[in-house]
Amino acid sequence: MKDEWPLFEVFVRGKRGLNHVHVGSLHAADERMALTHARDLYTRRNEGVSIWVVRSSDITASTPDEKDPFFQPSGDKVYRHPTFYDIPDDVPHI
Amino acid sequence: MTQTATGAGAEAGEDRLEAHFDGVIAHDRRIEPRDWMPDAYRRTLVRQIAQHAHSEIIGMQPEGAWITRAPSLRRKAILFAKVQDEAGHGLYLYAAAETLGVDRADLTRRLIEGRQKYSSIFNYPTLSFADVGVIGWLVDGAAICNQVPLCRSSFGPYARAMVRICKEESFHQRQGYELLLTMMRGTEAQRAMVQDAVDRWWWPSLMMFGPPDEASPNSARSMAWKIKRHSNDELRQRFVDMTVPQAERLGVTLPDPELRWNPERGRHDFGTPDWDELKRVISGDGPCNEERIERRRTAHEDGAWVREAAAAHAAKQAAKRERKAS
Amino acid sequence: MREDDHVYLSLAEEQDDARWAFGTGFEDPLHGVDTSVPDGVDPAELAALCLGLGDDALIAAQRLAEWVTRAPELEEEVALANIGLDLLGQARLLLTRAGQVDGTGRSEDDLAYLRESDDFRNVRLVELPNGDFAFSVARLLVFSAHRLAVFERLAAGHADPVLRAVAAKGVKELTYHRQYAAEWVVRLGDGTDESHRRMQEGLDAVAPYIEELYRAADVRDEVGAVLAQVADAATLKLPAAESLEGDGRAGDHTPCLAPLLFEMQEVARALPGGQW
Repeated sequence: MKDEWPLFEVFVRGKRGLNHVHVGSLHAADERMALTHARDLYTRRNEGVSIWVVRSSDITASTPDEKDPFFQPSGDKVYRHPTFYDIPDDVPHI
Repeated sequence: MTQTATGAGAEAGEDRLEAHFDGVIAHDRRIEPRDWMPDAYRRTLVRQIAQHAHSEIIGMQPEGAWITRAPSLRRKAILFAKVQDEAGHGLYLYAAAETLGVDRADLTRRLIEGRQKYSSIFNYPTLSFADVGVIGWLVDGAAICNQVPLCRSSFGPYARAMVRICKEESFHQRQGYELLLTMMRGTEAQRAMVQDAVDRWWWPSLMMFGPPDEASPNSARSMAWKIKRHSNDELRQRFVDMTVPQAERLGVTLPDPELRWNPERGRHDFGTPDWDELKRVISGDGPCNEERIERRRTAHEDGAWVREAAAAHAAKQAAKRERKAS
Repeated sequence: MREDDHVYLSLAEEQDDARWAFGTGFEDPLHGVDTSVPDGVDPAELAALCLGLGDDALIAAQRLAEWVTRAPELEEEVALANIGLDLLGQARLLLTRAGQVDGTGRSEDDLAYLRESDDFRNVRLVELPNGDFAFSVARLLVFSAHRLAVFERLAAGHADPVLRAVAAKGVKELTYHRQYAAEWVVRLGDGTDESHRRMQEGLDAVAPYIEELYRAADVRDEVGAVLAQVADAATLKLPAAESLEGDGRAGDHTPCLAPLLFEMQEVARALPGGQW
């Protein structure tokens, strides 16, 4: 849909000396808007905190709990897509 | 999809994964988004988190209507900040739901098409400014009772969102109670407003915990999965026990003639909410259901050109950057 | 100890009222600032300045509050509310200061709730109805660009330490508001045919009210440069400034102000002597 904004993951460093930590996600049309929204939503505009945003689709993730190749197709994306599970109940052993 | 696995192999794999999943739950560890999980667990979570998110967003409406009318600038600021928090909570929760692979836009569509529900409490009207205080005290109080245990929900992103939300909710409850205390020190008319608001919101607040346990078919499974940590009736009892002394301190009467301390149980006995009313409100026949959904739909549809424009601008900018790079 | 009790305890521990900024805790940003009127400052002039700037912020915040539950996306709900809350905070400080120095001893609430529309001193730009999102961001751009330029001057050199402190706090907030508005004007101007048309209409509708801002404080070079730069990036035309009759700072208002005030003041006036 052309009125839907992509998903961004937000990482915040609460104060100097700490790592950036993943705090959640949000929707934005582009990186700049994602930063503005992240500042509003996750830091309540607390100045001095550092924010990273990255498109969720740009993250490559490892799969520690998925050793069986059958479960590989969700691939390296940060979230599994549930359509992978959209297997009708009445189709045995596909 | 890789379709090399034979049926039997896949089943064996699934058993192993399910055993692993059950083990994580049994050890009170968290399930994370990319972990294998049973379909029904995923579906139950999506439904519960989406309903919760919708409730936060729809819940902005009954109180939001009073921001422009708040009778002091301090109350205006507090209420404005509170309703803003609710938008934030909705966003945290939609984000948690999206880790399960659903899109927020899709959940919003389901809400405005009436295919997903939200808390029945927000289908009651707010008739006076005292309602703002009573919503903070009783409705947010009930929400806290419901939500604090969810900070230990078995699904990691949900539990983490709830920790953030619960911290802010405790402000909400305190500001509500403080408003009521202040109003009770005011004029006779104000005290009457507070009592009237308590009379109207008490029973709907008790209904927020859901139907009685024997009529709540999905509860047992949700508890086994540690998506839910206490039964509806248990949480309702806890809420009543917490609220009675607060009502006494405030100087209001809770509208339940059967409400009394039971020294044997060490808890309060109380009357039975009108479960038929709850059913009616949940199924769409409450005083404000249509109005709430209509407002949300209008905002979403009126905003479509804005969202489209931002997406179009972003696409143009990206194309420009690409041209420059090549 | 019940298994959830540790969560309740951790909730109770955190008494971090600061995030309510001027809300429940009424944490006074003027703590430690001398509130007596310094020598050489005309109290009536200072009161009028604070009242005008306070009313601007109050009415602008009231309009922003009308966006609640109507914003084009949930993230924008949060952003618009932040801006509204900042302006409401500015209004409270400025009205308090106006009441302190004008000799009447009126509180922020006396000033907000007990005056009639011709006693309000806000510029007419802020009282206009919200219109669509394009009109609202066009207004926010003009309003915040002007207010920022004014506040920078006040923060740097006004003789009243209270007004200086209020302005210094406001500069940070307004910088963000201007940025937010400018980004949206550019997005909508550049986005789609429909958004371009709406954004141009928004700018056109706002333009006649700009000259009144310059009459209140003539920072036209600075504001004009900002507006030109944003309009250019947004592929929009900045309409020629024409001037309207009347002046909000003198109590002239459009018919839009009275209903806004009626709504704002209704509850407070219905319960005289009420405690809130």
